[in-house]
Amino acid sequence: MTENGRRIDTLEMRGIVKRFPGVLAVDHLDFDVQAGEIHALLGENGAGKSTLMKMLYGLYQPDEGSILINGRETRIRSPQDAIAQGVGMVHQHFMLVPSLTVTENTALGIPSKWQLDLKSIARGLDELSEKYNLKVNPNLPIWQLSVGEQQRVEILRALYKGAALLILDEPTAVLTPQEVDDLFRILHRMTDDGRSIIFISHKLHEVLSISQRITVLRAGRRVDTIPTTAATKPLLAEMMVGRPVVFEYARRATQVSSERLRLDRVSALSNRGELGLKEVSLTLHGGEITGVAGVSGNGQSELAQVIAGLRAIKSGTITLDDTDVTGKSPRQRHEAGISYIPEERMLDGAIKEFTVAENYILQDHARPPFNRGGLLNLRAIREACERAVKDYEIKTPTTDTPIKSLSGGNIQKLILARELSRSPRLLIAAQPTRGVDVGATEYIHRRLLEERANGTAILLISEDLDEIFALSDRIAVMYEGRIVGVLPRESVTLRQVGQMMAGAAMDAV
Amino acid sequence: MIEQVFTASVFAAALRLATPYMFASIGEMFGQRSGVLNLGVDGIMLMGAFFAHYVALMTGSAVLGVGAALLVGALLGLATAFVSVTLKAEQGISGIGMYLFGLGMSELLFQRLVGTPRSVEGFSAIYIPLLSDIQFLGIGEIFFRHNILVYVAFALVPISAYIINRTPFGLMIRAVGQNPQAADAMGINVARVRYMTVILGSMLAGLAGAALSVALLKVFQQNLTSGLGFIAVALVYFGRWRPVGIMIGALLFSFVNALQLQISAIGLNIPSEFAVMAPYVITIIALVFASRQTEKPDALTKPFERGE
Ligand SMILES: Nc1ncnc2c1ncn2[C@@H]1O[C@H](COP(=O)(O)OP(=O)(O)OP(=O)(O)O)[C@@H](O)[C@H]1O
Ligand SMILES: [Mg+2]
Repeated sequence: MTENGRRIDTLEMRGIVKRFPGVLAVDHLDFDVQAGEIHALLGENGAGKSTLMKMLYGLYQPDEGSILINGRETRIRSPQDAIAQGVGMVHQHFMLVPSLTVTENTALGIPSKWQLDLKSIARGLDELSEKYNLKVNPNLPIWQLSVGEQQRVEILRALYKGAALLILDEPTAVLTPQEVDDLFRILHRMTDDGRSIIFISHKLHEVLSISQRITVLRAGRRVDTIPTTAATKPLLAEMMVGRPVVFEYARRATQVSSERLRLDRVSALSNRGELGLKEVSLTLHGGEITGVAGVSGNGQSELAQVIAGLRAIKSGTITLDDTDVTGKSPRQRHEAGISYIPEERMLDGAIKEFTVAENYILQDHARPPFNRGGLLNLRAIREACERAVKDYEIKTPTTDTPIKSLSGGNIQKLILARELSRSPRLLIAAQPTRGVDVGATEYIHRRLLEERANGTAILLISEDLDEIFALSDRIAVMYEGRIVGVLPRESVTLRQVGQMMAGAAMDAV
Repeated sequence: MIEQVFTASVFAAALRLATPYMFASIGEMFGQRSGVLNLGVDGIMLMGAFFAHYVALMTGSAVLGVGAALLVGALLGLATAFVSVTLKAEQGISGIGMYLFGLGMSELLFQRLVGTPRSVEGFSAIYIPLLSDIQFLGIGEIFFRHNILVYVAFALVPISAYIINRTPFGLMIRAVGQNPQAADAMGINVARVRYMTVILGSMLAGLAGAALSVALLKVFQQNLTSGLGFIAVALVYFGRWRPVGIMIGALLFSFVNALQLQISAIGLNIPSEFAVMAPYVITIIALVFASRQTEKPDALTKPFERGE
């Protein structure tokens, strides 16, 4: 039972169709959820998962088909309707107002009288975050929070609103393994209360461990719905992609070149105005992948931004190939061969209003062949972009489609294609496969290894320890703004890295 | 000479002259905080000024005049909201359209219905008992001998700050102005909030017009506002989208206006053009040096469409 007594015993979607210009996003799809069930939704990037869920949440209207709640046909015309019916949603791209506090964001849409009762909401949030171990300070404005913390706010807010059915669109993409465990505990508690959960994730092991049933989508259609007990990782991957998928890579030994990038005692402030990076020293070599492990918010984003030139440093020096780039602009660094795949790709990596092709040449528009005598060479741009779309299997109707209408994973693939297209000397990849489907993850991993073989120095920032271990030559662990240790991959175990991420000293593990 | 220029009556005049700016600008702030730029303020002010004046002339009641101005403001606000929110028109252009409409329409109506400038009795000053007698520094004269609209305008500063910062309505306004997608996903009707702020803002613009035509000048003539509504829009930026900032800006403007009147009254030999330019120059300088920490709504002038 939820606080306000709403209950959804069954929810059914029948024969749902949704078309966008040039795309049949959802194609005669049937789907259902039962009370107390966790139903996982799987599918490649662009398969239609988010679109289907947005119809359930009233953000889109289906072109055909019907939605039945407790057997009664129900029209959900707006999120307001959805919330009134007891449907809640945690979105893939955050739906938070950056300038408002956590509490104010929670108060949004809660009917109330003249006076805003922020105190009681803050109290409620405190209780919930205590109960579920989702640590957030309700009085901080959103813009001061890390991506992981913002995700926690989204989950907290949905919990606070007490939805009977909660849709989670890739909620774990930004959580650490520990946080994922916590989340799963919360989800189980919610289903014990008779709530149902629709869980979208690209991480097959999560889906296998949390759900009771799994529905796999491909190109807007339902491939099948199976009980989780009948599912295995290779089976699911093959259902999604339509071919077997490789999870382990052969990593050839490469020629590690001389020093490429050197950070010498670099300190920088975080968005909160505290020291986010504390005297960090690090050397990167060509032909080598250095993995940075750490719980989100321990200085990884600051580290990446400092190298890319997007964050001012307080002290220290940064040297690329023996030239001091400390005072250089992001553009100069880009030209010197530093490529950056940011973790917040909707904000830092792409311009929402621009087309796929425009985003693809964002940084290279001044360079031939895209620039001819001061004019954009549209044909060269289109051809280059179409090649990338094909190579990376980016799902988009045309290269002139605005990037904002692509699915999350496809935006990520485009940015990756752009950054790798210029054979960088140094590549910073922040969470490169977050939100990316298994097929594309495999492809991106292969590309990173290829870059490594080509002699690029790669800094791989990831919260996915499996990814770090699968790709890195060396592993650097960050904790509270410091690098607490850099170790050859062969000499550490996953467990040891996990302990160092939680603050244990290197010699103690 | 200094004593001749900075008299209590100049300060009192500054407070009075600030009223139309404050009504119009605080009204504009509501629209902008929700993401709608209304450049038609001046036109709405002119219509409000005309109807307030006309109704006061016909009925002898300034209060009915103010009612008429609020009503006209609401109707024109509805039209503005329809164009910018529902039709998603380019806000800069449609605002200029509304301005030209108000300018032309108010003059046409004035020619047809009134003809020659006639003054109305309008609102007279209300002396606040005891306080208005304070001689010290001219406090009584400066603060407590004004018409009702002056008091209302200054009361509006804390009231509007309270609405924006402390009420659910204000929270919705801020959310819709900063991230309409997020507000929408939380079940807030973005269009409705914007309709409400634009209508509210336009009512205040109508009231600003009435403040001119039945309280301050007590006459109506062609283009009575002479661009005052545009300054009101600039004041929102000057005030960094905060009522107190807007009040400071309005006072700065009206004080320079009042000084200018006084200087020409006592026949000082300063080219009046300087005085006329001064407020604009001050505004530009203030905008350049203003802190980056503002409440500027990210979604200002951007129509909302669901589905990113
Ligand atoms: N607003 C929109 N306008 C046009 N096309 C859209 C829009 N939203 C989604 N699409 C298209 O619909 C298809 C399905 O997208 P959707 O976001 O549902 O995929 P997804 O399964 O959630 O993928 P991901 O795992 O990458 O998030 C994609 O081809 C996408 O480009
Ligand atoms: Mg999606």
